[in-house]
Amino acid sequence: MSAFAIRAPRVAGRDLKGWLVAPALLCIVALFIYPFAYGLALSFQPLNGGSAWANYIQFFTDATLWPTLFVTLKLAVPATLINVVASVPVAFALRRKSRYQKLVTTLLVIPVTLGTVLIADGMLTYFGPNGWFSQAVGATHLYSEEVRLTHNYWGVLISLVVSGFPFAFLLILSYVTGIDPTLARAAATLGAGPWEQFRRIYLPLLVPGLTMAACLSFVQAFSVFPSAVLLGVPAGATRVISIAAYEAAFESYDYGLASTIAIMMGFIQLLIVAAMLTARRAFYSGPVSGGKG
Amino acid sequence: MHSKSKLVDAQWDRSTPSNKPVQRKEVMKEQSKLPGKIWKWVVWGSVIFFLLNVVLLIATVAVNSVGTRWFGTLLPEGFTLHWYVQAWSDFQLASVLRVTVEVVGAVVLLSVLLGVPAAYALARVDFPGKRFAMLIFLLPLMVPPVTYGIPMATVMYKVGLAGTLPGVIMANLVPSLPFVILVMTPFIEQIDPNLEAAARIFGANTWKYFRYVLVPLLVPGMLAAGLLVLVRTIGMFELTFFTAGPDTQTLVVALYYAVFSTGVRAPQSIDAMAMIYMAITLVWVLIALQFVSPTQLVSRVKEQPQGE
Repeated sequence: MSAFAIRAPRVAGRDLKGWLVAPALLCIVALFIYPFAYGLALSFQPLNGGSAWANYIQFFTDATLWPTLFVTLKLAVPATLINVVASVPVAFALRRKSRYQKLVTTLLVIPVTLGTVLIADGMLTYFGPNGWFSQAVGATHLYSEEVRLTHNYWGVLISLVVSGFPFAFLLILSYVTGIDPTLARAAATLGAGPWEQFRRIYLPLLVPGLTMAACLSFVQAFSVFPSAVLLGVPAGATRVISIAAYEAAFESYDYGLASTIAIMMGFIQLLIVAAMLTARRAFYSGPVSGGKG
Repeated sequence: MHSKSKLVDAQWDRSTPSNKPVQRKEVMKEQSKLPGKIWKWVVWGSVIFFLLNVVLLIATVAVNSVGTRWFGTLLPEGFTLHWYVQAWSDFQLASVLRVTVEVVGAVVLLSVLLGVPAAYALARVDFPGKRFAMLIFLLPLMVPPVTYGIPMATVMYKVGLAGTLPGVIMANLVPSLPFVILVMTPFIEQIDPNLEAAARIFGANTWKYFRYVLVPLLVPGMLAAGLLVLVRTIGMFELTFFTAGPDTQTLVVALYYAVFSTGVRAPQSIDAMAMIYMAITLVWVLIALQFVSPTQLVSRVKEQPQGE
């Protein structure tokens, strides 16, 4: 009886504290969940009438819409591969705490925080026909033709690497530094060379982290928007899916179609992320811990 | 077998003393080191090439913003600060900066005020639907802004919030608030819950516990979370772009419109604005780096090495 009397008020107090989550939750429900549900409902109410699936049918038949999917994939897949694959050796080389690690990470944070708009602005001049990069290439006489790296596919891909590589690298670095180096040293005493240490010790422990980094990098690259407009050909070769969604919403005011495109975008991201996670499970089943204990 | 393992040891571990003749050991070492050395050069060369290009890319903006005329030469013909004056009036930077300060300030304040209590509840209390709440807070960080920005802007246009300052602030809260919650929850978890009991024993009521025990312990975490949100909100392009009207553009959106309509204004003037944007961002990045790690600044959440 007395124990119950002591416990009862505490439980009530706990319940009240739980309500502290309510304002924030309400905020996200109103600003994120509700709009998403609204957009989903709107996507089934086509502007010009017709069946509920008319917007989706239009997405897959309209020659200005469905190719955007492949245009986006053509940019996002190579960008993700470059960023993740290049990050691994660099993160590996910088896995020990040192002055270089601090310098490189600090320098790499800059392009990410500056954002794609500023990078696009800088790239337009730097890689432009009269920029320093073209001047340097011209001075080496290795490549006689004019190097064109803006207002085409390459410009957008480069911008995705400039802002995506540091992101992937910093993520992967945090995974690599989380692996206990004594494991590799133990392998070395058993006769494993650097490559064997990497392949047998680091890589298996890194797989979960690499998958995560690849998923996040892909989602980021797939939703490329400002640089595809500023550095690419927004009407042609780099008309990515977000440009199509933007145009539907803010140029033709067809919010139903815009929501349809946005939902397709989210759906495909989900699909590819799910595929990557499944592939990881298929190829690798072992401890998911980073070996830090 | 025995001698083989010795050899391998000598090959990989320089500190291991070997019984083999010195000459033999040197040869083995060189053979094994050469590909390693080339590999190291390739890796470092690529890193330096990448960083050099990024630095030069930013330097291009800086040089162009103070150059008079720059066309196909190494450096501009002359230097001037005239473009900054022109950019200030060309792009109505006074009002753009005011909007930016208002938006960023409100977003930081609101996301910390709403996020810290929520993080406290998530860290300390078990309530029904906690996992569900956690999932709802995680979603806006998983879905990229372009994807949810379009339906959100649609709703905002419908209720008349689009183009207004509150609308832009609310849009920016969507990624910021969950971010504060995800940074603060582990931070609060590591504060010893016994402190509350101790304070109670010494006669502190809830307010006193909050004021003299909890807040001082929370301040470092709140500072870090606030700075991270600040840096992200300054650079948050998509959501602001979708919801802002002509009078509610933040600096990054104004910069986008300027770059988009290159030819209307002098490129040097655009680069002068870009420099102002860059200076503001970098000052806050440098301040933030005193308190947080670069990884936290870039990725959504501080990643744990556990993977799942």
